[in-house]
Amino acid sequence: MNDQYLQDIIRDVEAELETHTMKAIPRRSFIKLTGLAGGGLVLAFQLGEGNALAAQAGSSTFAPNAFVRISPDGSILIYSKNPEIGQGIKTAFPMIVAEELDADWSDVVAEQSPINQAVFGRQAAGGSRSIPSSFDELRRAGATARSMLVAAAAQEWGVSASDCTTEMSAVVHPHDGQKLGYGELANKAAGLPVPDGSTLSLKERKDWKLLGTRVTGVDNHALVTGQPLFGIDQKIPGMLYATYDKCPATGGSVRQANLDEIRSLPGVKDAFVLEGNGQVAELMPGVAIVATSTWAAFTAKRQLRVTWDESGASKDSWSGSVERARELGKQQGSEMIGSKGDVDETYSNAASTLEGFYSYPFLSHATLEPQNTTAWYHDNRIEIWAPTQTPQRGISSVAKILGIAEDQVTLHQTRVGGGFGRRLMNDSVCEAAAISKQAGAPVKLQWTREDDMAHDFYRVGGFHGLKGAVDEAGKLVAFEDHFVTFSSDGEKPVSGGNITDGEFPAPLLENYRITQTMLPLGTPCGPWRAPRSNGIAFAVQSFIHELADAAGRDHLEFLLEIMGRPRWLDPGNTRTLNTGRAADVIKLAAEKAGWGKRLPGGRGLGLSFYFSHAGHFAEVAEVSVDDNRKVTVHQVTVAADVGPIVNMSGAENQCQGAVIDGLSTTLGLGLAIENGRVQESNFDQYPLLRIGNAPKVDVHFIQSEFAPTGLGEPALPPIAAAVCNAIFAATGYRVRELPLLKEGFSV
Amino acid sequence: MPTLRLSVNGKEQVVEDIDSSTPLLWVLRDSLGLVGTKFGCGGGFCGACTVHVDGEPVRSCSTTAASVVGRAITTIEGLANEDGTLHPLQEAWIEHDVPQCGYCQAGQLMNAAALLNTNSAPSDTDVDQAMAGNLCRCGTYNRIRQAIHTAARKGGSA
Repeated sequence: MNDQYLQDIIRDVEAELETHTMKAIPRRSFIKLTGLAGGGLVLAFQLGEGNALAAQAGSSTFAPNAFVRISPDGSILIYSKNPEIGQGIKTAFPMIVAEELDADWSDVVAEQSPINQAVFGRQAAGGSRSIPSSFDELRRAGATARSMLVAAAAQEWGVSASDCTTEMSAVVHPHDGQKLGYGELANKAAGLPVPDGSTLSLKERKDWKLLGTRVTGVDNHALVTGQPLFGIDQKIPGMLYATYDKCPATGGSVRQANLDEIRSLPGVKDAFVLEGNGQVAELMPGVAIVATSTWAAFTAKRQLRVTWDESGASKDSWSGSVERARELGKQQGSEMIGSKGDVDETYSNAASTLEGFYSYPFLSHATLEPQNTTAWYHDNRIEIWAPTQTPQRGISSVAKILGIAEDQVTLHQTRVGGGFGRRLMNDSVCEAAAISKQAGAPVKLQWTREDDMAHDFYRVGGFHGLKGAVDEAGKLVAFEDHFVTFSSDGEKPVSGGNITDGEFPAPLLENYRITQTMLPLGTPCGPWRAPRSNGIAFAVQSFIHELADAAGRDHLEFLLEIMGRPRWLDPGNTRTLNTGRAADVIKLAAEKAGWGKRLPGGRGLGLSFYFSHAGHFAEVAEVSVDDNRKVTVHQVTVAADVGPIVNMSGAENQCQGAVIDGLSTTLGLGLAIENGRVQESNFDQYPLLRIGNAPKVDVHFIQSEFAPTGLGEPALPPIAAAVCNAIFAATGYRVRELPLLKEGFSV
Repeated sequence: MPTLRLSVNGKEQVVEDIDSSTPLLWVLRDSLGLVGTKFGCGGGFCGACTVHVDGEPVRSCSTTAASVVGRAITTIEGLANEDGTLHPLQEAWIEHDVPQCGYCQAGQLMNAAALLNTNSAPSDTDVDQAMAGNLCRCGTYNRIRQAIHTAARKGGSA
């Protein structure tokens, strides 16, 4: 149900980057705006072929563009346009600007920019795309500001601008070494024309001073002192507190509810049914309770009795799907995804062939901040405070649901207590908007943890019937995957449940066949950190190890042989797999982890590689398994090539976090779905990894000269196979089903 | 409904019309506007709501406000000194750039502060045991360990 809508979102989320891989990013120009309250001068950022609009007003503040505002007191405000969800963008974006500006980082104040498509273009957090899609334009923003400050100083001194240099928020005189601070120059610079961005030269990498260093997060002081940053922390005058109860099986509607009883409970101001618009990513039917406090609303919700009409609701059964997939996995899929060469002929001539059936379950995003939104509808317009990954899409959805124009929707982006893809969907935003309108009051909608587990856009489970062949020399010569996935419309897989024949190792082989079968599904699915890759990597990278072992080969050597000579998979597209970069990270991870070292019995090393989101990652896990099948992951070594690093601290943190996240799912996480209902409801049944099971994660970057790429996701996919390959090395037992806790292991 | 007199971060607070079942968490957040203490699970599984009651770490989502009348409650807003000087743990958290999304960190800090009050030089094992009740969905555990050790070296029970 609603799958077309979800697919549209996913396509949107992926479209911009695709565009960027195919052609140059359209150059944006920087313009100055005037007539703003307070008389300040603002240079704004304009999409497309805009002209350098350069009017001005009397000004005490110099703001070269929408990303930068320099005040006479020397403070430098830099906007970060995309939502901060824990990926560190609010620190990384300003760093990129500050580098070209030659700003002293201690002068910089970073702020979340307003949400405004006309000014800032696309504003979203998803797909590990913020850095690759904004890197150059942010550098140009910094360079533009710097150029105007230099010009101002050169006029002041009567020297040539090209002879001046800059350092630490100051322009340096070419001869006598005197300095003019950016604050001192701000007013004068504001009166100068905006330079043509194409005339500005950007710094060479060897001249970077800030990029690549370790910078602590700009919100860290506020975070460790408990300041109100998150969606859940918002409070507006007269605000009421709301809950929303939906059918536990997606697609059910309200037949009857004890609304009168609920309305009579202490603190309850109102209770009502919303019909919704049938879009699971927007507004599904349910019962809203509006109360004077969160606790009054939660308490009333427990008294709520709803009879659901489940005639159109999901009847999904995970156990039934597993059974069906096991049968299907024994044969080829009904749909051909892609093939090359003659797989069957290769099998019959091969030295050995091997088969393996792999599966992984549905997952919840389980962001630690449960879904919430604060909304205030009045006078045909609405103001919203939301922890969303896609604020602009949220504005569109709310406008549609309320029947108002998009410019009547103001959305304040808050810090986000965990995204992982969950908040690409704005369901709680839509619900809060509709509840505020119906209640005639500002409301904060707060989901419980149970609501959050029951109504997610889950990582879809999947099954891979794998087969491969090696020749006499032990070389991989054929590979086959029958991918059993899910579809909600019978035509295409659900979000995160698709596969292509570009999937490693197929495009590197002369013989492969990838087929697919789709099982029906009513449960909504969506992107979950490294969509697609997070499941496929487990199956395929484990099976590659199986094949290496069957061929009597060292896994490292086998993997490097598949990579072959260094080349781009799609020459000219630097966001595709480069086998040379891949080989380099594989060798580095192996070297740093001590590949081949002697280990005591019951202990082993496991290697895995994966390429996603334009990032090349290899990981080695050192794991021991005791006689009671208790698994201990001692250490994980990560080697990555994502080009130059923006913030070394943030980059390492993302890799460590992604590894822990992937380890958490590998060890213990999985959802059972029966009768359309997710069976797990809170963290006691969904055992996220705790500190005692968190290994040391060592991260090593190869800072190649290629364009920088994103880090929110690509460190996650390899870890599951690295751990399971290590378990095999330690015990000889091959894990083909996740999570380990359900395979009889303990942690 | 009863009126509660609570001592929060050294200040007396009067909270009126509070249902006796109300968890301390929601009194702090909704009634007193101290929103640094976070709601994560409502069942005491995640530790995001950790505060101190008489110096002991307590899950405020599973502790009624009525049960802590007359006891000293400290929240993340009260961890630093009154002059704004940060607790050594807060400094270490910034130095090590611990947070990712940051949502769990108030609870992590409060639990870590309680640990250092009773064990001024914890081992990794001590840290892992003491911090086992606090989930970090972003996986910042490596840095949480490092930051606690750093704070301990700098006299973290400040």
